[in-house]
Amino acid sequence: MRNLNATRFTAMAALCTGVVLAATLVLAQQPAGYRAPRTPDGRPNLNGIWQAINTAHWDLEPHSPSPSPVLELGAAGAVPGGLGVVEGGVIPYRPEALAKRNENRAGRLKLDPEVKCYLPGVPRATYMPFPFQIIQSQKHIMLIHEFAGAVRTIYMTDQVEAPADSWMGWSNGRWDGESLVVDTKGFNDLSWFDRAGNFHSDALHVVERFTARSADTLNYEATIEDPKTFTKPWKISMPLYRRVEPNAQIMEFRCVEFAEELLYGHLKKQPK
Amino acid sequence: MNRRTLVSIGLLTLAVAVILSATPAAQAPAASPKAGAAAKAYTPPKTPDGQPDLQGFWTNSTYVPLERPNNVTKEFYTPEEALAAEKRAAEREATQTEPGTTADVHYDFTQFGLDRSQATISRNLRTSLVIDPPDGRIPPVNATGQKRAAEVAAARKTRGGQYDSVHNMPIGSRCIIMGGAGPPMMNAGYNANYQIVQGPGYVMILTEMIHDARIIPLDGRPAPPAGARQWTGISRGRWEGNTLVVETTNFNGKNPFRGASENMKVTERFTRVSDDVLDYKFTVEDPATWDRSWTAEAPLAKTQGPIFEFACHETNYGVANILAGAREDERRAAEAAVKKGSN
Repeated sequence: MRNLNATRFTAMAALCTGVVLAATLVLAQQPAGYRAPRTPDGRPNLNGIWQAINTAHWDLEPHSPSPSPVLELGAAGAVPGGLGVVEGGVIPYRPEALAKRNENRAGRLKLDPEVKCYLPGVPRATYMPFPFQIIQSQKHIMLIHEFAGAVRTIYMTDQVEAPADSWMGWSNGRWDGESLVVDTKGFNDLSWFDRAGNFHSDALHVVERFTARSADTLNYEATIEDPKTFTKPWKISMPLYRRVEPNAQIMEFRCVEFAEELLYGHLKKQPK
Repeated sequence: MNRRTLVSIGLLTLAVAVILSATPAAQAPAASPKAGAAAKAYTPPKTPDGQPDLQGFWTNSTYVPLERPNNVTKEFYTPEEALAAEKRAAEREATQTEPGTTADVHYDFTQFGLDRSQATISRNLRTSLVIDPPDGRIPPVNATGQKRAAEVAAARKTRGGQYDSVHNMPIGSRCIIMGGAGPPMMNAGYNANYQIVQGPGYVMILTEMIHDARIIPLDGRPAPPAGARQWTGISRGRWEGNTLVVETTNFNGKNPFRGASENMKVTERFTRVSDDVLDYKFTVEDPATWDRSWTAEAPLAKTQGPIFEFACHETNYGVANILAGAREDERRAAEAAVKKGSN
C-alpha cells in the first residue's frame, strides 16, 4: 500500500512538474515526457483532424497587422499581426532570393499559388487555415488536406526516391521515439510557404517532426533546407490543435471552380 | 525542368509502372461468376485495429460495359466469349484516334500504355456491370427525370457555346473532378487506380484522378445535414461482417451520375473475396430519376503502386489554349466578314 501511494505521489509530482514545465515552456515546445496513446500496432497514435491556429499562413516571419490586399474586403480581409514561427525570427535568404521574395510579396494577388487554387506544397499545407486529417496505417500514413484536396502519402515501408518532381513532394517517414519524422524531397519550384511571398526552389528538402504534446495537441516542426535559396537550414515550429467536434470532418474544398473566373475570365467570349 | 516535361515524366513513370503490372490477357484467369461462393471460402486479413483489411492499390479498369449490349441476352459469357469481347473492345479503344492526324499524336493512349489493354484490368465474365434489373440495363428515366434533363439542356443553351467560357466546358477538362470519380466509383478510361488506407475508425479511398481522397467515418455518426452538399456527396460507412457498407448522400448535383438528381443515394458494398479481388457492388436510388433502384457489380483488381501526384489544374494549359483558340477563330471570322463586306 505504501509503495502504491509512493508511486501515486511520484506520478502526481511528475504530472505537476509536467504541467508547470508545460506552462513555462515556449508554446510550441513539447512538454518533456508526454507519451501519446498507442495504435493497436504500438505506434504513437497521431490519427485525427488537426489544424494550426496562428498567422503562419499569412507570414512565417514576425509581422505587424496590415490592410487587406483587396479593397472591397476592408477589415474582413486585413492581415492580423503575428510574432512569427521561424526560429531566430528571420528566414536566411540569399540576397537575390530575398529580392524575389519581396517581388512575390508585392505581386501576391497575381503570383500566390493559393489564389489560383494550386496544390499548397510543404510545409504550407500544414498551417493553412484549413484542417487536415492524419490516417495512420502500417505502410502508409496519409495526410489529407481540406485545401484543394491536397494529399500526401508518407511511405513508412517500400521507400524509394522521388520518381519525379511534384507539388507536394515525395515523403518517406520513420518513427523516432514519440515523433513521426517525415523526410520530403522531389519538389517543383512552384509552391510558396505563405501569403507573404516566402518561397523555395526545386532543391527544397523538408524534414518534419510530428509529436504529440497532449491528448489534443501536436507539436509540429519543419526544418527547411534549400541551398539555392537559403544560406543555411532554418526551422519553424508550432502546435497543431485537434478538431474535437464530434462531427468534425474534412470537407470538400474543390477550389478550382472558385479560381476559374480569375484565371480564364479574360478569355471569355465578349458580347458583340 | 519545365512543367510540361514534369508532367510527361510523371505520365511516363506511371505508364512504366502500369506496363510492369500488366497481365497478358491469355494468362489471366477470369474472375469466377459466382463471387458469393468465393466470399464464403476466403477470410480477409485484419488490420491491427481489427477491420477486414482492404488496403492496397486497386483498379476497376475493365472492358465490361455498364449496360448489356443490345445483341446479348445472357448474363455471363464463357471465358472464350469474354476474351473475344475484350479483344473487340480493346481494338475499338486502340483505333479511337485517327492515325496520321494531330489527334493521333495527342490522344494515342496506346502509345503511352494508358489504354486499358496494357494495364491491369479487372476481368469479369459478366456481359454487363449492371446486375439488377436482371436485363443488365439501367431502368428508363422517369417523367420527373426527363423533365429535369430537358430543363438542364434548355438552361445550357442560354449559356452559349461550349467554348464561350470556361464555365461551359466539361468539368473533367477543367480539372474540377473526373466524371467517373463517383461515388459510385466508375472506371475511368485510363489511370483508373485507387489506394485504400485504413486507420482506426476510418477507411480512406484515394482516386488517382484527381487526387480525390474520400474519407469514410465508421463511427456511426448521424447522417449529414441537408444544407451541406458536395461534388462527391458525404459518405458514412459501417462493417457488416467482412463487408464495408458505405452510404453516400448530399450530392451537389453538379456532376449528375447518369442524370440523377442531387438527392441520389448510393450504397456501396466492398468485400475482399481473395487476395487480389475486391468485390464492389453499388446500388443507386433516386426516385426523382428512376422508378426503381438499380445495382451494378464492378470488382476491383489488385494493382501495383505507388500512385503519383495527379496535379491536373496546376498545368491545365488545355482550358486556356482552347478558349484562346476560340477567341482567335472569332477574331478571324469577324475580320473575314469585314473584308467580305468591304468588297
